[in-house]
Amino acid sequence: MKRKIFIKLSNIALLTIFLASCSKQLDLLPLNDITSEQVYRTPEGYKQAFAKLYGAFATTGNQGPAGNGDIQGLDEGTADFLRLYWKAQELSTDEAVVAWGDPGIQDFHNMNWSSNNPMLTGLYYRSFYQITLCNDFLRQTTDANLSARGIAGNDAETIRKYKPEARFLRAYQYWVLLDLFGNIPFATDEQALGTFVPKQATRTELFSFIETELKAIEAELPNAKGNEYGRADKAAAQSLLARLYLNASVYTGTARNADAIIYSKKVIDAGYSLIPQYSNLMRADNNVNTAEFILTINYDGLKTQNWGGTTFLTHAPVGGDMNALSFGVDGGWFGLRTTKNIPALFPDINGTADKRSQFFTQGQNLEINDLTNFKDGYAITKFKNIRRDNSVGSNLTWVDIDFPIFRLSEQYLIYAEAAVRSGSQAEKTNAVNYINLIRQRAYGGNSGNISIADLNADFVLDERARELYWEGHRRTDLIRYGKFTGASYLWPWKGGVRGGTGVAAFRNLYPLPSADVSSNSNLKQNSGY
Amino acid sequence: MHVKIQQPLVKLLMVFLLQCLLVYSVEAQTKTVTGKVTDATTGLPLSGATISAKGASASTISSANGSFSLNIPSGVSQLSVSFSGYSDQEVAITNGQLNIQLSVSASTLGDVVVIGYGTSRRKDLTGSISSIGSKDFVKGALTTPEQLIQGKIAGVQITSNGGAPGAGSTIRIRGGASLNASNDPLIVIDGMPLDNAGISGQANALALINPNDIENFTVLKDASATAIYGSRASNGVIMITTKKGAKGRPQVSFSSLQSVANPYNKVDVLKADELTKFVNENGGQNFKSLLGAETTDWQKQIYQNAFSTDNNISVRGSFKNLPYRVSLGYLNQDGILKTGNLQRTSASINLNPSFFDNHLKLDFNLKSTLSNSVFANEGAIGSAVNFDPTKPVYSNKSEFGGYWEWLDPNSITGLKTLAPKNPLGILMQRNDESKVVRHIANLVVDYKFHFLPDLRAVVNVGADLANGEGTIVVPEAAAATFKRFKDPSNVFHSGINNEYRQNRQNTYLNAYLNYTKDIKALKTRLDVTAGYEYQDYLTTSYNFADRTFNETIVNEPNFAFDKPQYRLASALGRMNLNIANKYLVTAALRQDGSSKFNSGNRFGLFPSAALAWKINEESFLKDSKVVSDLKLRFGYGVTGQQDGIGFYDYISYYNLSSLTAQYQFGNSFYQMFRPGGYYFNRRWEQTETRNLALDFGLFNGRVSGTVELYRRITKDLLNEINQPAGTNFSNRIIANVGTMENRGVELTLNVTPIKNKNVVWDLSFNATFNQNEITKLTISDDPSYPGARFAGISGGTGNTIMIHSVGYNRGAFYVYKQVYDQAGKPIDNLFADLNRDGVINEKDLYQYRGVDPRMFFGMSSNLSVGKWNAGFVARANIGNYVYNNVASSTGTVRNILNPIGYINNGSREVLRSGFSGNGANYFLSDYYVQNASFLRVDNLNVGYNVGQVLRNKANLRLSANIQNALVVTKYNGLDPEIGGGIDNNFYPRPRTFVLGLNLDF
Repeated sequence: MKRKIFIKLSNIALLTIFLASCSKQLDLLPLNDITSEQVYRTPEGYKQAFAKLYGAFATTGNQGPAGNGDIQGLDEGTADFLRLYWKAQELSTDEAVVAWGDPGIQDFHNMNWSSNNPMLTGLYYRSFYQITLCNDFLRQTTDANLSARGIAGNDAETIRKYKPEARFLRAYQYWVLLDLFGNIPFATDEQALGTFVPKQATRTELFSFIETELKAIEAELPNAKGNEYGRADKAAAQSLLARLYLNASVYTGTARNADAIIYSKKVIDAGYSLIPQYSNLMRADNNVNTAEFILTINYDGLKTQNWGGTTFLTHAPVGGDMNALSFGVDGGWFGLRTTKNIPALFPDINGTADKRSQFFTQGQNLEINDLTNFKDGYAITKFKNIRRDNSVGSNLTWVDIDFPIFRLSEQYLIYAEAAVRSGSQAEKTNAVNYINLIRQRAYGGNSGNISIADLNADFVLDERARELYWEGHRRTDLIRYGKFTGASYLWPWKGGVRGGTGVAAFRNLYPLPSADVSSNSNLKQNSGY
Repeated sequence: MHVKIQQPLVKLLMVFLLQCLLVYSVEAQTKTVTGKVTDATTGLPLSGATISAKGASASTISSANGSFSLNIPSGVSQLSVSFSGYSDQEVAITNGQLNIQLSVSASTLGDVVVIGYGTSRRKDLTGSISSIGSKDFVKGALTTPEQLIQGKIAGVQITSNGGAPGAGSTIRIRGGASLNASNDPLIVIDGMPLDNAGISGQANALALINPNDIENFTVLKDASATAIYGSRASNGVIMITTKKGAKGRPQVSFSSLQSVANPYNKVDVLKADELTKFVNENGGQNFKSLLGAETTDWQKQIYQNAFSTDNNISVRGSFKNLPYRVSLGYLNQDGILKTGNLQRTSASINLNPSFFDNHLKLDFNLKSTLSNSVFANEGAIGSAVNFDPTKPVYSNKSEFGGYWEWLDPNSITGLKTLAPKNPLGILMQRNDESKVVRHIANLVVDYKFHFLPDLRAVVNVGADLANGEGTIVVPEAAAATFKRFKDPSNVFHSGINNEYRQNRQNTYLNAYLNYTKDIKALKTRLDVTAGYEYQDYLTTSYNFADRTFNETIVNEPNFAFDKPQYRLASALGRMNLNIANKYLVTAALRQDGSSKFNSGNRFGLFPSAALAWKINEESFLKDSKVVSDLKLRFGYGVTGQQDGIGFYDYISYYNLSSLTAQYQFGNSFYQMFRPGGYYFNRRWEQTETRNLALDFGLFNGRVSGTVELYRRITKDLLNEINQPAGTNFSNRIIANVGTMENRGVELTLNVTPIKNKNVVWDLSFNATFNQNEITKLTISDDPSYPGARFAGISGGTGNTIMIHSVGYNRGAFYVYKQVYDQAGKPIDNLFADLNRDGVINEKDLYQYRGVDPRMFFGMSSNLSVGKWNAGFVARANIGNYVYNNVASSTGTVRNILNPIGYINNGSREVLRSGFSGNGANYFLSDYYVQNASFLRVDNLNVGYNVGQVLRNKANLRLSANIQNALVVTKYNGLDPEIGGGIDNNFYPRPRTFVLGLNLDF
């Protein structure tokens, strides 16, 4: 017995000595990855961390084109912001169908998605990922942190200017979530990571947060065109406010058209103009379109490689009899086409009258018998990895085309729609002028001009489709017009039926992913799911 | 602190060793004893038995004809004789020739079993421990060690990863205990735990160990046995002991195996005429016009009969008083997939001297391997299934190396993009060669204190050093990489000229004290061990630029190399009590620290205890003629897990994006700093095991066996879970959430139905029933959340086929329920609306079956008749399912008549199902999840002992084997035994015919 006690005691003694001596040796650090203290020691480090807030829109991760993804749970190539957002906004509508069998991809057009849809889950987490990056960056850039790291003077001033942009990017992503998912968990930089589980915010609360934030940073951001290419300025914040107000009745039940007019007008008057040729909007060297583009996601075939974004938008609609090389790419992906509703909006399908009519019809059927057959439905030729001088982009696989999140045309159309809905006569006249600016470019003259008698809400919706198709607006537009769900407006294969069928109204919101509902007990699923 | 200790310690030992050698004196010799050792039942001579003088150090080993001659001091009156697999015997020295007959030991297991930080008498074991000696190894041309025990041990499932030379295996002991952390057992070689990870140039770390150098495998299965390895033992422990030196005159053993592997099994695809018929019946004119006139069997083109030779020579004996064993092996194995080859040269040295009247024992092991591999491009496997058989192999043109390819005059490359490339072309036009050097060395110093012989100090220091490097070269003409890179001046570059390299430096130190005491008054034997252990795993991974054949750089890495590293430091203690040789008690406690956890969670405590009752020692059984052995055991223990998780991610680190993932502001591009996902509170995954067992032996061991029941609960599962949105830099992270349970029964039975002077027949059988259930997975219960989907398949982008769900077994298939017509034919794209909401979406997926077998069996038989012996090893799995991805990805109309504008071949499945291949859901049809239960005869062997040859100087044995002789299954894919459960591009297991000879001098 004594012996046993002795053994026990010696064991305990041994363990104690061991514990004290070993713990230090078990502190290991990675060689190439570094801590926040090392990153934020220099202004350069700040800028590289800041670049991630924007870069997270463009790339799928930290290794181009793939291999070190930001978002887990779906194929990395499909996990960038634009590709996911585009699918949710376009594939669910009359503007786009896809031939592929990626998990969940056909649910969009069939309108039968569930809370387990991997693409919706990926999009939701992508948006929150970007919000989390912004929150963290804002915590890293507090005055206390800057002075603790010995950053002062001009360096500190430069870094402080990043903050309103971080808040803008956060507001943008909260708007995305508000629009797509509605009532979502909410977190800002005030809650440190690891200390909380987010509470759910209503659409009204989110609306108010986004509005307040954008108005607050409006003053702090550089003037329109006053920032580096690719970075947000006042016009970006105003553009988002205009978009937010235009959809306010959907989000909160209260229309804010007057505010939409005010903010779109601010952008319109900020010195932007339409570039001369519509067909040059989505080209390999469209970074020169700064006259019209307000904020872009920047891509580069050599330095910003990924399988989403404009690489997806350029390759995926190429197939059938199309010659890939004429799109500046090494091959088509035989995926995206459009339904017959979109060509029907144009006077002809060849772009003879309205040059925005950019369809590939040779060997393609207008009618869609089979969603998964690339030859059913016209292809769209809007995106080309070819420069103005007809040379191809820097790379034939990953394209150079930048994607405008905001461009002037949309602001014209926001103004016009708000004016139609509740504007004064003068505002309606302005609206006609703005629309005619758009149409003059489209028609190459005045032949497409409209008069005030032609202006009505449905005309604006159609004009939006003609001008902005495949730029990620359609779902939001159709919801605002009450045409997304229900049976008032049909398109081929709406609701999974060849001729289209009515769809329940709860699908105006996407479901919260069950991945989050099962991780955060504060969340209540959207009704219907 | 420990690192500092290591070097002086080694120096000290060296000095000590040197002194011992100098001081050691040679005893006077006065008489010579001669004799012969034979098998008591068969009468055949036993070569290699150790004969030593009792009470003196003289010893020798019997020669090929069993004879020996030994000089001994005059005072010695007895010899002790031992031979692996036979009972030890002591013989009184008489005048004249001694005739010593050894009997096969009661069981196939040796008397002394390695148990981790020590040994134990087999009869005194309290835990679930199985031991297989070289005599019982699976025979034949086996390249990697784990195949030696395939099918031999209940509860141990070994599934080879395919037929490639040197391919490894997936080893699961009692099903594995984890979800996202590792399920691989800990492998310990000569007391030194290995890192399971492979190295660049050799994915299977075990392939760098020559099976011929292995003496014994011991598998620790339950926690009372494994808890002494605490931190890493949740998935069981496999302990490998290599062959050692022995005293006596040099014994030379030479073995040579020549084999030919035959690719007897191919994926069942349409033949050229069938494909032509199919296209003509189903395709439009555009497809018909694409048909060719050839009849190419692409699978025949890429496979070959592969020859291999495996030659080994070893010498063991003693130089003066230094017992040694040295061996040299050379393996040259071709793959059945053309171009593949593995050449392995291995050398091993063991020195195990003892000094000071055995007070000090040293055991030094060095195993060095040079492995040169040529890796065949396994992409050709799938390509050969898919490629149009109406096309010729060669184009008779010079472009693309003369291989026929799908062309498109409009494309930049001249090739049809997305069309498959010529299977033989992608095979022959890629040269992936690696060279790997590995040294595993360790020294065990075992000192029995002079003033207190009951106390031993044991120190084991070791290192595992490996360097792997290789090159991948694809010529410019190759279609697969033709014009793959356009440089800034718009010039295209083709081919590949890349290199890779990895270096590993793992070091190990273990030191323990062991105290044993017979307390006569209490009829109790006490055995206490306490020690500590330190392990450091350091890898240097070099990064190289991606270059085209002409060395144009496509992209460059951020860093020239990375050095991931982790460490473990542990304290351990164990106490064994043997009371009256009837009651056995074991208690062990281990504390482990891992660098993978934050300092507050770093240490895990792993206790265990076991009780055993040797019922046959009780008076009522002691004299039984029937029951020779009967033992009841119960064990309980907790083990841990930290393999398979990130090394550092308990805090967030910033990662610099690559040069191809920069972001543009203005005219400048910035490499981005990204904060990484992290999980501060990550801690040890803990597995609790209960084990109840009965060991029995009847009729003096003619029948023996074990029945075991176990229940294993893993808590705090290292489980990749979703993070609440907005709370982490990663939406999924490995956290400690969830529980899982394994329950099972194991049965082992060894029978010797016939045993007489001429005939011995041994039969052994084992069976395992394992049931696995996940009982918790998430933090918050949401009935709509089905679980974490995983296991990507080919088809679509990002489809997965399996799920971990609460209430189901790990790795259930997650599929749509196929609807069939009245004739039993599946209806294209029609699935059951399981939740009856009118739409078919993810909510209609259901959990179906699983990858793991519900039961598996192993059976071996060995029959010796005179100089002949014959045997077989067979295994069976029941209830394992496989997703036939070859059928789902190739067996559709859409795959054959590819809308992109070319024809593919496809699985004959297309004729059965007629699936169109439209949509996405059909990939996830349960139609493709097929019962893959099987019976496989792994090995048929026959051997003949020729006896004395070369003027009676050597003993010759000849053998012949057929490996993978027979598979019986209903599964209609290539092979039912698919680790991971997804049958796609599987490297076929060949049928191998082996001839061998062994010469012992």
